[in-house]
Amino acid sequence: MSDALPVEVTSPTPLLELRGISKEFPGVKALDDVSFAIYPGEVHMLLGENGAGKSSLMKVLCGAYRADAGEFYYKGEKVAISSTADAQKLGIAVIFQEFSLVPYLDIAQNIFLGREPKGRIPGTIARSKILADAKHVLDTIGFDIDPSTTVDKLGVAQQQMVEIAKAISQNARILVMDEPTAALSDRETELLFALIARLKADGVSIVYISHRMAEVFALGDRITVLRDGRRIDGVRPADVTPDQLVRMMVGRNVDMTYPRNFADKPGELLLEVKGLTASTGISDINIEVRRGEIVGLCGLVGSGRSEVARAIFGADPTSSGEIIFDGKSMSGEPDLAARRGIALIPESRKSEGLALLRSVSDNLVVSALKKLFPSGLFDQRGAQRTSDALIRQLRIATPSARQTVGLLSGGNQQKVVIGKWLAAGSKLFIFDEPTRGIDIGAKSEIFALIDRLVAEGAAALMISSEQVEICHVCDRAYVMREGRIAGHLTRNELTEENIVRLGMHHA
Amino acid sequence: MTDISKDAMMPPRSFLSQDAIQMFYRLLAALLICAVLAVLSDSFLSLGNILNVLRQASLTFFIASGLTLVVLTAGLDLSVGANVALSACIAGTVIHKTGSPALGILTGLACGGIVGLLNGVMVTALRIPSFIATYGMLWVLNGLTYWYMAGETLHGFPAGFRQIGSGYLFGLPIPVYLLLVFLGIGTLFAQRTIWGQEIYAIGANPVAARLSGIPVARRLLLVYAVSGTMAGLASIIFLSRLNSAEADIGESLTLPAIAAVLIGGTSLFGGVGTVFGTFIGALILTLVLNGMNLLSVSANWQPLVTGIIVILAVWLDMKTRRRAQ
Repeated sequence: MSDALPVEVTSPTPLLELRGISKEFPGVKALDDVSFAIYPGEVHMLLGENGAGKSSLMKVLCGAYRADAGEFYYKGEKVAISSTADAQKLGIAVIFQEFSLVPYLDIAQNIFLGREPKGRIPGTIARSKILADAKHVLDTIGFDIDPSTTVDKLGVAQQQMVEIAKAISQNARILVMDEPTAALSDRETELLFALIARLKADGVSIVYISHRMAEVFALGDRITVLRDGRRIDGVRPADVTPDQLVRMMVGRNVDMTYPRNFADKPGELLLEVKGLTASTGISDINIEVRRGEIVGLCGLVGSGRSEVARAIFGADPTSSGEIIFDGKSMSGEPDLAARRGIALIPESRKSEGLALLRSVSDNLVVSALKKLFPSGLFDQRGAQRTSDALIRQLRIATPSARQTVGLLSGGNQQKVVIGKWLAAGSKLFIFDEPTRGIDIGAKSEIFALIDRLVAEGAAALMISSEQVEICHVCDRAYVMREGRIAGHLTRNELTEENIVRLGMHHA
Repeated sequence: MTDISKDAMMPPRSFLSQDAIQMFYRLLAALLICAVLAVLSDSFLSLGNILNVLRQASLTFFIASGLTLVVLTAGLDLSVGANVALSACIAGTVIHKTGSPALGILTGLACGGIVGLLNGVMVTALRIPSFIATYGMLWVLNGLTYWYMAGETLHGFPAGFRQIGSGYLFGLPIPVYLLLVFLGIGTLFAQRTIWGQEIYAIGANPVAARLSGIPVARRLLLVYAVSGTMAGLASIIFLSRLNSAEADIGESLTLPAIAAVLIGGTSLFGGVGTVFGTFIGALILTLVLNGMNLLSVSANWQPLVTGIIVILAVWLDMKTRRRAQ
């Protein structure tokens, strides 16, 4: 990663300054007297746990929310941001985690959506001009691609580039990025960082929200930490350590080494995968998981980790190989796997793990209906009792079991997904990125829970992109590369270096 | 993503659930319509008229109750009306040929059920969106029925059979008893069985439902088969009430059934709604039409009024739901 460019903090007036911004929602103060300045050509890191106010601040900045109190200054002059149009005029653009591109239009059409240059005949669009202009914008950000490619053919990283191109074409001077590397591979992340360096050199300022400590130090010129809607501190990366930052975010000391009671001797064999191959791109997968173990499954994003999890659970068809669970061969749909005692906690809890508009209770019992109600007759009070017990056991923060699950925070939603498999009495828990988008406090709770599960005789197979987590939590780990198991690391060999070494492409 | 609100600060759900409140509004609307009609028309409150409303509502309800389950899974069954027509014609033929109403009833139910099952196969095994699969089925069934009937009308059935649709028991029409029975069974099935719970879960998020271990394909087959069987049941009531069957009897049945489901508060996006709501929906629809008849409003206005009620009901639902979020 390149060294941070020198910052012009000597420049006395910030490009944009927010003073004393407050924003209140019924029952919660989302922002409380937050001041925040962005200087030209700097990368300003915005840190905080979930619910700290990062999103609200971002939305105030881009005009989606109207601040209840506070002032905005652009190059020293007082301005108002009360609509997205105001923000756009000041050159503020946001790259959200979920992109706002139209999949079936091409790159050029997306970049100039809603402001297409008019053609000679009234009502038509100057197609050749759009293509030329798009090409020019793409060139300035160093993205070499044919602008007539439709967006649905692009990967996540490329779509992000198009979003950035769109923002630049609107003369954006302040780019706000919300966890831009969350869905990128290491290689793509490097390209993004290179682009950020380039934008900085052009004097574009970047407000960068991240949960990854490494990025904060690699990219940031300045760091602002938020907690409970308040600005805690503004620091420079050189002046702090990661531990100090975590303490600022959490407001207390958090143990970043997750406690784990490693078993002296693993239990009996629970899952045995032999030569598993599937059309989703995995081949010849051999995995063993024993009771009492947490086994890691690592590798780069796209190396086939989730596909292995889905194949074991029966969510994708397999073409050859064998899955032996609890001594018996198994093949079929997820309902069979679930009945036999396998649980999948999928990567995307909102789209794959939960029925968001149903209640916490509905979601908690959905996998255990047959077990809880063997007669087939459902009883709301019985479901409520089971849910209440799980809510207590997992410490799910919800006003009641009848609360709509979509209204809970990420960490609590994740606990509901895990809870439904506890209710079902599963024996093998397959976790796919269990801590993605979850704040630090909830993370250690979830790891403590997994530890307890395996201590009680269950087993866990855990996919994670956070190598630190794998190293701290797992008994051993498999590393995947290009759809195959590239290697196996025992407890003693389990280091970040070894994971990276095995998982890297040697092209 | 960061959440704005802290969970601990969120207001708890009120004592009555959102669904209960919406159902309360619907009952209120039905009562209001009754009150208005009672004032405007002397004959509205007569026993004969009220029984007539219930009997008319029952036919719509039979079709709409099965349809409700389909809509709960975020699907749609556009073939119900055509299914009623085919089932009625086949059942009628069987009764004529064999002289056995029992055999006719069984054939009608079976015909409806098989058509529903075929819909289910198209939706699950062939993965055709239900809207399109059942739309195609509508044409196929119409074609079969027209070819089979060849312009003929079936007429004249045994008196015992005609009792089902037009007979009385202790002063109440028999279809009203059937309505109460199937309202009970439908509500019990949807709210009080694990299959019902799974159907709600599928409608709310089919991907999550599958990854939660619910056999989604099997449940969908069941739901379409039930919808078809209820159309078969409706065909029997229809046949015995009208004492005749023609190829085109189904054409005016599908859209009112969908209207009853929507007025009843079931969301086309799945996961939200009740069979009882559909009953109220069918009742409101029938009350309005009945009122217009009593007040001698031209029948030409009825589609327009139905459309406005559907749009109003769905709009109000979405508004209250948005506020609840």
